[in-house]
Amino acid sequence: MAGPGNEAIISVRDLVVGFGETPVLNGVSLDVMRGEILGFVGASGMGKSVLMRTIIGLLPRRAGRVAVFGVDFDGLSEDARRALERRWGVLFQQGALFSSLTVRQNVQFPMREHLRLSYRLMDEIAAAKLEMVGLTPEVGDKYPAELSGGMIKRVALARALALDPEIVFLDEPTSGLDPIGAGEFDLLIKTLQHTLGLTVFMVTHDLDSLHAVCDRIAVLADRKVITAGPMAAMLASDHPWVKAYFRGKRSRANGAAGTA
Amino acid sequence: MDGSLLEVSVKDGRLALAAGGAWTADHANDLEQLVEAAIQRSPQATSVNIDMGRVERLDTFGAWLLERLVRGFAAAGRETKVVDLPEHYRELVAEAEHVNRAEISPVRAPLVPTLVAALRRGGLALGDDFLQFVQMLGAVSVAGARCLMRPWTFRFTSTIHHLDRVGFRAVPIIFLITLLLGGIIAQQGLFHFRRFGIEIYVIDMVGILVLRELGVVMVAMMVAGRSASSYTAELGSMKMREEIDALRTMGFDPLEILILPRIVALVLALPALAFIGAMTALLGAALVCWLTADMSPEIFLARLRDAITVDDFIVGMIKAPFIALMIGVVASVEGLNVEGSAESLGLHTTASVVKSIFLVVVIDGLFAVFFAAVGM
Repeated sequence: MAGPGNEAIISVRDLVVGFGETPVLNGVSLDVMRGEILGFVGASGMGKSVLMRTIIGLLPRRAGRVAVFGVDFDGLSEDARRALERRWGVLFQQGALFSSLTVRQNVQFPMREHLRLSYRLMDEIAAAKLEMVGLTPEVGDKYPAELSGGMIKRVALARALALDPEIVFLDEPTSGLDPIGAGEFDLLIKTLQHTLGLTVFMVTHDLDSLHAVCDRIAVLADRKVITAGPMAAMLASDHPWVKAYFRGKRSRANGAAGTA
Repeated sequence: MDGSLLEVSVKDGRLALAAGGAWTADHANDLEQLVEAAIQRSPQATSVNIDMGRVERLDTFGAWLLERLVRGFAAAGRETKVVDLPEHYRELVAEAEHVNRAEISPVRAPLVPTLVAALRRGGLALGDDFLQFVQMLGAVSVAGARCLMRPWTFRFTSTIHHLDRVGFRAVPIIFLITLLLGGIIAQQGLFHFRRFGIEIYVIDMVGILVLRELGVVMVAMMVAGRSASSYTAELGSMKMREEIDALRTMGFDPLEILILPRIVALVLALPALAFIGAMTALLGAALVCWLTADMSPEIFLARLRDAITVDDFIVGMIKAPFIALMIGVVASVEGLNVEGSAESLGLHTTASVVKSIFLVVVIDGLFAVFFAAVGM
């Protein structure tokens, strides 16, 4: 729909989150603009998922401010909170599909709970969502345990998109997929982002994803977001970790793609 | 219903539809009804014009309902045009044109299965259960025999760990429950026997009942609830996370590593717990007799010595290891039958406890028949 705008749809200021003695995140500030795909990188175990889970309210914070859609969640009533939560979708790393429901029921679950729709319309919309994420409607009758890793991610994405959210949070969407599957998934995210006008917050390790789909990249190191900007800025950065990450052995800048 | 979402008018044999407002998930229910009503309107009008110019927002729900509207008119052979669709929604609407082309027929199983089918399935499942039980019993025996021949392969640490969990940690709750149970039986006995003036026989009743039957059966049921469930849940979630497959691929026998230590621990723990349970129940009975009927502990003990024999004690205790073996086997079978879903884990854990408790009673009954036949 519209290109990346100048309006911050998620705004994090001086965030401190910790378990026990040591803070995992200390003074994190980050803006996500409406309509952009933000890739969020950082070393394993350094708190990328922690930031995502804090933004969506799964983890408590010690200090700082998190505003989504311009609203800070702290002062909100339960109802207002729920209304806001409907406006985002989350794709968990392992899919987090409800194992006792079929794929169709999984995708319909948020609709069933939040909207009052006829069965016919729910079936049609669920089939439409499954087709949009590149699956055939027949998958709808299967149970999550019968699906491959790539299919689980797609179904989970369909469920995250069930209510047509404005933001989707993706936690390592391409991990565990083969390069072709990962490439298709990247393309899918890009396409959906374009058609549905989504804002995408993507935690990832996949350099190809970062190159292919992300408008901006934010880097988490030393418990802070040390830099955020487009790929070109990352490649030009002098920070040792950023250098190692984007210009290391496995990066494109150093490989065949660097000449492309 | 908000009619301004879709206004319908007829002009010179043409159907003019004007869409407006938010065509989004929140209004999908109203929209669906408006769309269905519009498709039925003025069947004589051969051409339809859908003006999307005033639509403020459109999401997948709206795009699909627009597509359904268009398909509905197209199916009736009416010429349909969509005009003034805002530029940035074109892609989404185009996407909706591809979906739901294939006929979907969700497989919905009948909610109430027929009685015959249910009976048949129940019968087959019963047969299956029995076979799996025998199979597991055989496999455990083989694994046990192998460990006897090569004792160094037996997992002592693991066995001790499970002994602690199913045995030692069960002592407080078993102590409490059997103490109360013994007291309650004695109190009921006193109440009824008092009418005949034979209060002293309460001690006979409690002694025989507790030592021969109740001590071991009650404790076995508690252990079935406590440990069969945890065994099934542990093995089941290991199965779900492919840990059992991992063991197999590394050349280990999950039976030897996971199941044998658990069953051995149970077989050792249950007789000990049954002994503790029986003694505590007697203690509870003695306390009640002392406090409510003025029978001093000395009288209680003296009478108990006359009332019971060592046979009674043996009859009770000898059942315990067999019952434990059975609980362990059932819990393991159920654990390994868990499939991918959380629901399956719950079902099998329930089944494990229910079957264990049922079999405790069955085995106790078989032993009763056996001991009656041999005159013990």
